[in-house]
Amino acid sequence: MSEPRNTTRPSIGRPGISRAAEGLAKTIIIISGWTAIALLGAIAAYLFIESRSAISEVGLWSMISGELWYPTSKTAQYGFLPSETGTLWVAIVALMLCVPVGVASAVYISEFADKRIKDVYKSVIEFMAGIPSVVLGLIGLSLLAPWVRTTFGLDTGLTAFAAGLMVGVMCLPTIISIAEDALHAVPSELRMGSLALGNTRWQTTYRVTIPAASSGIFAAIMLGMGRAIGETMVVLMLAGNSGIIPNTPFLPARTLPGTIAGELGEVVRGGQHYSVLFAMGLVLFMVTFVINLAADSVLERQRRRWRR
Amino acid sequence: MVTNPTGSFDLENVSVAYGSETAVAGVSMHIVPQSVTALIGPSGCGKSTLLRCLNRMNDELGNVKVEGSIRFDGLDIMDNRLLDPVDLRRRVGQVFQKPNPFPMSIYDNVAYGPKTHGTRAKAELDAVVEQALKRAALWNEVKDQLKKHAFELSGGQQQRLCIARALATMPEVLLMDEPASALDPISSQQIEDTIAELKKSVTIVIVTHNMQQAARISDRTAFMLRESMDRPAGLIEIGDTRVMFTNPGDKRTESYITGRFG
Amino acid sequence: MSRSSRARKAEALAKTLLGMAALLALSAALGFIGYIFYRGAGYVDWAFLTQAPRKFMTEGGIYPVIVGTVYLTVWTALFALPVGIMAGIYLSEYAPRTVTTRIMRLAIANMAGVPSIVYGLFGVALFVIQMGFNRSIVAGALTLACMTLPVIITSTEEALRQIPTDLRHASLALGATKLRTIRKVILPVAGPGIITGSILGLSRAAGETAPILFTAVAFFAPIASGPLDETMALPYHLYIMATQSTKPAPNMVWGTAFVLVAGISMLNVVVAIWRSAQRRKIRW
Repeated sequence: MSEPRNTTRPSIGRPGISRAAEGLAKTIIIISGWTAIALLGAIAAYLFIESRSAISEVGLWSMISGELWYPTSKTAQYGFLPSETGTLWVAIVALMLCVPVGVASAVYISEFADKRIKDVYKSVIEFMAGIPSVVLGLIGLSLLAPWVRTTFGLDTGLTAFAAGLMVGVMCLPTIISIAEDALHAVPSELRMGSLALGNTRWQTTYRVTIPAASSGIFAAIMLGMGRAIGETMVVLMLAGNSGIIPNTPFLPARTLPGTIAGELGEVVRGGQHYSVLFAMGLVLFMVTFVINLAADSVLERQRRRWRR
Repeated sequence: MVTNPTGSFDLENVSVAYGSETAVAGVSMHIVPQSVTALIGPSGCGKSTLLRCLNRMNDELGNVKVEGSIRFDGLDIMDNRLLDPVDLRRRVGQVFQKPNPFPMSIYDNVAYGPKTHGTRAKAELDAVVEQALKRAALWNEVKDQLKKHAFELSGGQQQRLCIARALATMPEVLLMDEPASALDPISSQQIEDTIAELKKSVTIVIVTHNMQQAARISDRTAFMLRESMDRPAGLIEIGDTRVMFTNPGDKRTESYITGRFG
Repeated sequence: MSRSSRARKAEALAKTLLGMAALLALSAALGFIGYIFYRGAGYVDWAFLTQAPRKFMTEGGIYPVIVGTVYLTVWTALFALPVGIMAGIYLSEYAPRTVTTRIMRLAIANMAGVPSIVYGLFGVALFVIQMGFNRSIVAGALTLACMTLPVIITSTEEALRQIPTDLRHASLALGATKLRTIRKVILPVAGPGIITGSILGLSRAAGETAPILFTAVAFFAPIASGPLDETMALPYHLYIMATQSTKPAPNMVWGTAFVLVAGISMLNVVVAIWRSAQRRKIRW
């Protein structure tokens, strides 16, 4: 056998160019890693900059606590309370629909369905998350609103209730997939331990598995709530967009995102109304930011717990 | 000072720390070129950690600190200005515990290293691939199906492919981390035969916990041990394999070899 | 009645109720898709797809609207893919386990939860006004790209994490640099996963209305001649047709909804099939 060594070996050391290219690529990759932080900071900064004049002229607290929303009258009133109340109603109705249905579905497919059904189910749910919200708004207009009007004997079906139901459907994929992940992450030894004690599957599920996954399920609900508060097109199309504070969910209402989406197109760029809408965006951003942060830290803690 | 034959290592007071915990400390040894050196010892004794020092793969694990002096043919491998890790690894190849071929064809697996180091001409690559596969004793089995996906090979064939892949960069040293432990006895035997053939041209350092294997294939044996959990592991002794297995100089080596622990 | 038979009955009841909930969610998803197909399919023919609207958008087709959405989505991909994939590579291959990277991940997770209308506001302030792009495809695509970024980063990172560490080490031990290892070994293997996740993210962007409401779209616009023109887009067109026009033309409303949903469904199905074919090719 011939001796291959020492014959074809090139000289030691890489060319400087390839080293420089490597360094450059690495730098670009590292910078890209920072974009999420930079963007989140930029969003907060721009919302704040554009709402500065509203905050100094109207006052942040008087906007948040103001009961009247007459942005176009001569003595304009910029109270957020009608939108805040509407947002709350929509979120409450949505959560009343999607929390029980979503969590129950997650428990079923995680604990009782066999693997093939589970796979198909998850892909359908993922697909559902991809239906554009404007399409759901259209379906709501054509099916849900008339049904709400006749069933509850209302003047109009375009109410916080109708919007809330549709938003609830929109939040289902979020809740199902995150709650399912949480249940799936529970180590199977825990289940085995309970089953071996003679408990049924269902007893095991509600005594062991659900409590063990409770923080993840809680995070799923929080994230669903974040989505419900931030959803725009469905509420814009279904909530009715009334300016008064709704006392019940069966009245037309407006929400924070709906108000922004409905009015930003009609305002003078740089004017007071424009700035107030950015202040509304800032409030919305801060609320969802806190919710997402809380949900994420709950999820992270759970991830750490099962990692060992 | 480079002498022929090449491929020797000189370790002096080498220690390795993972974070704040020192795993291996105070190892000094000479690795003789073109021979097989086996690193033996119970699990957790730092064999693999020490092996990875020789091609600086510990760098890739993050948070690992290597201290002391390691000279490869007299060249300090810890000094990037003298020897870039990339060049070091071209000259010091590694075969892993579990076969880990790339998800590509047999040919592309073997050609990966030479391409990385600048070989572009097709004819040259063909020759390198053929030679490497022959040296790894795989050529006869795959010469008609070089385009086949590497994952279609058996476990033993995959491991020999990994050996061929490492040989294709013409290394002077081959590091093997329990290369046969994931394989069946017949494949294991084939790997041992390959090693016996390869040591004529390359230095081989092999980690194994199989003492019969160490006795069969190695010329020299180093015994490592971590005597208690709060002390780092170290080298107990190194010497000629026949002597180590028949007349070890250290009581602890004798107990280990005769199967009293580990 | 014995305890165990009561427990068994409770189990059967629980299973039924949970199953019904799961079925409800499933039938909502399938029912909505079915309803859109049922209402819209009849209006969609070759002419609808290839002609411009006529008679104040009551007749003709939605060709410029489709083209507008394609433009927006392609530009979104151009902006979001390189940055998103590189950020995913950073997190999986380079990032040390430190507080900083923990904050990075937190920021990415949080970005995914920012309401779409907030992205719209941000786009108006930064891209439309500050950068001077006005209402244009570029401004809209940049806004959508910001929104899609977390999806692309997360799916890239996840795809990269699936790859065994041994494979990276094999390449590094052959003397390949980290960058070459990523280019030649890691990305080819992770590619299908990255592409799947990215396309799903982009298909969501294609269906978004709120972010482009004030950054890109117009009620009527000719086919854009460049990226700085404003454009029509399927979701916005659907929104306007369904709510603002005095006499909503059913062909326009349901036909547009059908095209939008069918387009997104097709993307999803094609990607799913392609991915499972890729998965069969590579198995550890």
